[in-house]
Amino acid sequence: MIQVYLPIAEMSVDAAAIVALGTAVGFIAGLFGVGGGFLMMPILIFLGVPPAVAVGSGTNQIIASSISGVIAHWRRGNVDFKIGGVLLAGGVAGSGIGVLLFRLLRTSGQIDVAIRMAYVVFLAAIGGLMLAETVVSLIRSPGAGGKPRGTERFAWAARLPWPMRFPRSGLYISILLPLGVGCVVGVLMAILGVGGFVMVPAMIYILGMPTQVVVGTSLFQIIFLTMVTTFLQANLNHNVDIILTALLMLGGIMGAQWGARAGARLGARHLRILLALLVLGVCVGLVDELVSTPKEPFSVTIVRPS
Amino acid sequence: MKRPRALFAALGLCLLAGGSADAARPVVADLSNHLVAITTGFSGTHVLVFGATDERKGDIVMVVRGPQETHVVREKTRLAGVWMNRTEAYFSQVPAFYAVAATAPLDSIVPPEVRKHHQIGVAALELSATNSDGRALPADEAKRFREALIRLKSRAGLYPGGLGNVTTLENRLFRAELDLPATVPVGSYTVEVFFVQDGGVIGAEITPLFVSKTGFSAEVFDFAMYHAVQYALAAIAFAALSGWGIALVFRR
Repeated sequence: MIQVYLPIAEMSVDAAAIVALGTAVGFIAGLFGVGGGFLMMPILIFLGVPPAVAVGSGTNQIIASSISGVIAHWRRGNVDFKIGGVLLAGGVAGSGIGVLLFRLLRTSGQIDVAIRMAYVVFLAAIGGLMLAETVVSLIRSPGAGGKPRGTERFAWAARLPWPMRFPRSGLYISILLPLGVGCVVGVLMAILGVGGFVMVPAMIYILGMPTQVVVGTSLFQIIFLTMVTTFLQANLNHNVDIILTALLMLGGIMGAQWGARAGARLGARHLRILLALLVLGVCVGLVDELVSTPKEPFSVTIVRPS
Repeated sequence: MKRPRALFAALGLCLLAGGSADAARPVVADLSNHLVAITTGFSGTHVLVFGATDERKGDIVMVVRGPQETHVVREKTRLAGVWMNRTEAYFSQVPAFYAVAATAPLDSIVPPEVRKHHQIGVAALELSATNSDGRALPADEAKRFREALIRLKSRAGLYPGGLGNVTTLENRLFRAELDLPATVPVGSYTVEVFFVQDGGVIGAEITPLFVSKTGFSAEVFDFAMYHAVQYALAAIAFAALSGWGIALVFRR
C-alpha cells in the first residue's frame, strides 16, 4: 500500500491499485485499439473516485495512450488524415456540447444514472452489433477476411448531400456522416470519458471504413479530441486530477504496448468477438447495477456555493 | 428552569475564574498539532488532545467538529425498473467531520438536555432536513434522511461511531487521541473540551485545528482552480510528452 493524495479528487488512494488498473485497462486498450475509457471509468468510480474526476482525469490519460498507440499505425500508413480531420471537426463541437451537458447533469444530481444508462444503451448496441456481424460472417465464410459490410445497408446515408472522396479509405460519402459520428463521439467523451470504443465500431459499421485504417485513424483523431475535452473540462468543471492521470498513465502506457503485441498474434475476427463479449459483459454488469435493489439507496454529496 | 440557572452558574464561574488568574481556569486544553498538513503522501493522522483540570472531580468530554458544509442526501427509488435518485434532502451547516470522546459513557455523565445544548454526540447533532428551497421536510421523511446522513458519514469514517477514549491521570491531567482518516475534509475544525461535574458543564475550552493541503498537492489544487487555462495546457502537454516518450522507448 502506497497511499497517494489526489489533490483535485480530495482523497487518498492506493497508488499500486491505480497503476495496476491502468496496466490492465491499457492492455485491453492496446489489444483492441480502443482508448479503454469504457472500462476505466466504472472501475475508478467503484474505487471511490468521484465520477466527475474519473471522467476528467481519464480523458487526460487517453491523450498519452493514444499518442503512444498512433505512432506505430502511422509508420505503417494506417491513418486516414482526411477523414480523421472531418471526424475531429465534428468531435470538437460535440465535446463542447457534452462538457456543458455534464455540468447541467452534475448539478441536478442525475449524473450517475445518466452516465450508467448512456453506457448501457451504447454498450448493448455496439456489443450486440459486433457480435452478430462477426458470428454471421464466421458462419458464412469461415476462411475469408471478414471485412464487414458498410454503408450499403443505409440507403438514407447515400442520399445525404455534399459527398466527399476519402482516397485512403476508398470511400465516397457525404461529409455529414463523419461530422455527425464525430459529434456524437465528442458528446460521449465529455460525459462518459470514452472515445475509441464508440468510434471504432461507428467507423466500421456506419462509415464503412476498411478495418486496417480504422484503429490508426480513430487514435489519431482521439488524440486531438481528448486534448480539447481535457482543456474544456479543466476550465469549466475543474475535474482533471493530474496526479490521478499520472498514475493511470504509468500503468496504461505499458499495458497498451503489451496489449498491442498480444493483439498482433490474434486474428482480427477473434479480436472482434472478444471485444464484443467484453462490451456485453460490462453492459450486463451495469444493467444489474441499475435494476437490482441497491444495498444503500442513499448517497451524500457536499455542495459548495459556486 | 433548573438547567439555564446551572449554565449561568457555570458561565459565571468561568468568568470569575478567568478574571482572577489564567491558571485558575477549570480546564485548559491544547493539541499536539494545530495544523494537519495534507501532503502527497497523506494517509490519515493522529492529533493528541491534552490538558488539565482544576482539583475538582469531574469528567472530560471532547467534541471535534469539522468545517460546516451543506450536504445533500439523495435517495434512489425504482422508476420503471431502474433505480434512480428521486428524492433529496438538504442539510445546511452540517460538520463535515464529527467525533466525540469522553472519560465515561455519555449518558452516565451528561444529561440529554446538556447534550442537546452543546450538541454532544451524533444523536444530539442539530440536523434539519429541508428541500432545495429551504422548506422543512415532513417529520418522518426528515428522520429517514437524517439517519441516512449519519450512516453514510460514519461509513466514510467521518463520523466515527462509538465514543473515543479520554484517559486521565491523577484526576488532573487528561489526554485523548484524535484519529483523522485519509479522507478528512479540509477546512477549519474546532476541538471543544468540556469539564463536566454532576451533569453540568463547569468549564470549557475551545481550540482551533486546521486541516489544509500543503506542499505539492496544495500547489496543484490552487493551480487547477485559479489558473485553469495554464493547468489544462500543462496537463495536456504532460500527457502528450509521456505518450510520445513511451512510444520511443518501446520502439526498440
